[in-house]
Amino acid sequence: MTAVQAAALIAVAIGGTAVVATKDPPRQALVAGIFGFALGILFFAFQAPDVALSEIVVGSVALPAMIFVAISKVRRQAETGETDD
Amino acid sequence: MSRTLRTAVFAVGGVGFAVLLLWGFGGLPDFGDFTGHYGLYLAHHAVPQRVATEAVGVTTFDYRGIDTLGEEFILFAAAVGVLALLRLQRGEEGASAEPARESPSTGHSETLRRTASALAAPCLVLGLYVVAHGHLTPGGGFQGGVVLMSALLLVFLAGARFRRRTKPLEAMELGEASGAAGFALIGLGGILFADAYLENFLPFGDFGQLVSGGVIPLDNLAVGVEVMGATLVVLGEFLDQRFLSGGDA
Amino acid sequence: MSFLPYAVSAWLFLVGLAGVVRSRNLIHLVICLTVIQASTYVLLLAVGYKTGATAPVYADITPGRSVTDPVVATLTLTDVVVEATVVALLLALVVRAHRRFGTLDPDELHEMRG
Repeated sequence: MTAVQAAALIAVAIGGTAVVATKDPPRQALVAGIFGFALGILFFAFQAPDVALSEIVVGSVALPAMIFVAISKVRRQAETGETDD
Repeated sequence: MSRTLRTAVFAVGGVGFAVLLLWGFGGLPDFGDFTGHYGLYLAHHAVPQRVATEAVGVTTFDYRGIDTLGEEFILFAAAVGVLALLRLQRGEEGASAEPARESPSTGHSETLRRTASALAAPCLVLGLYVVAHGHLTPGGGFQGGVVLMSALLLVFLAGARFRRRTKPLEAMELGEASGAAGFALIGLGGILFADAYLENFLPFGDFGQLVSGGVIPLDNLAVGVEVMGATLVVLGEFLDQRFLSGGDA
Repeated sequence: MSFLPYAVSAWLFLVGLAGVVRSRNLIHLVICLTVIQASTYVLLLAVGYKTGATAPVYADITPGRSVTDPVVATLTLTDVVVEATVVALLLALVVRAHRRFGTLDPDELHEMRG
């Protein structure tokens, strides 16, 4: 186990705890983006570049984008005051 | 069940689960001591047999192609599920909710618009590069598809308005469907021209060339188009279809 | 020390699950699910790692070099992209639930109470 791998594992453990501990969804989306990047570095250290590329692209771009559009849709729904029954 | 009761039950169960999990992990081989025969066989024989330099890409689309077919259809089904949930909802509330927003989608931030418009084209080229070189270097359809999606997202962030005749949303839906169907139909080519479903039936070419590895570049292209289409359609649906709509909306 | 990857995987799973159990916001709950997914990726790649090995890309290494397992890399990389879309499906369910109940608090979804 190299030093880079150990450091990346610790960073991922701290990042995961931070994602769960952040309560506000917009802030949590950004922390999740950083967590995805840390995971990508870990996967590079584990000699799996395909997986690292996948995780960086998804975890730092696609996932925060989806969370933000979901938050904005919920806010728009709350503003126009639509609820069923 | 109240929240404190839930937490208490989880605390008890969680401790027991953690003990069992760590005990189970203790039975795994030591970290760095991988001895699986299938993996080692593939690592040494995948590249010479399929004339492609990237063992992971060859495993994804050739040796474990059936797993990738299943994953691709999970992607397709999830996108269709999002459409079913949100379009039904918009059908209920009618078209009345739409004109409530008159401001442009990205506000008036010039920095954002200029940066996004400058980065969109390099991102597109990078995405096409990653998709095309899936059998040579790390990359492939899945990663390249998401990069292509982010290139088109940058076009949206730059405040683009599409002309009435082009219908980008329908193009993306068509892309998603044809990508999913394309992969399954390429597999059928395996039955027609070779021995089994998803078996390779094209000539292999030379080592390191862009056109090599048989069917794998076509599979990469199909998956790339499908991932791009699915993620864009999902994002567009959340944004109430103002993203990717034709006309002056 | 060589137990660290497995320990981190178990920790991520438990932390994510604790977040799901104690969540007060449905969107926060869905993001905690992604932490649980990450624990499985770490576990898969830790199983496939070989000390002193390099990535299974033969573009510039000799064919006899020891490499890590390509099969777990295949499973993980397809899974990462697909799970992003599944998270989108879950968020669509959250949006639907908000429209139905007017709230994002899991404890307020009163129709689910027995």
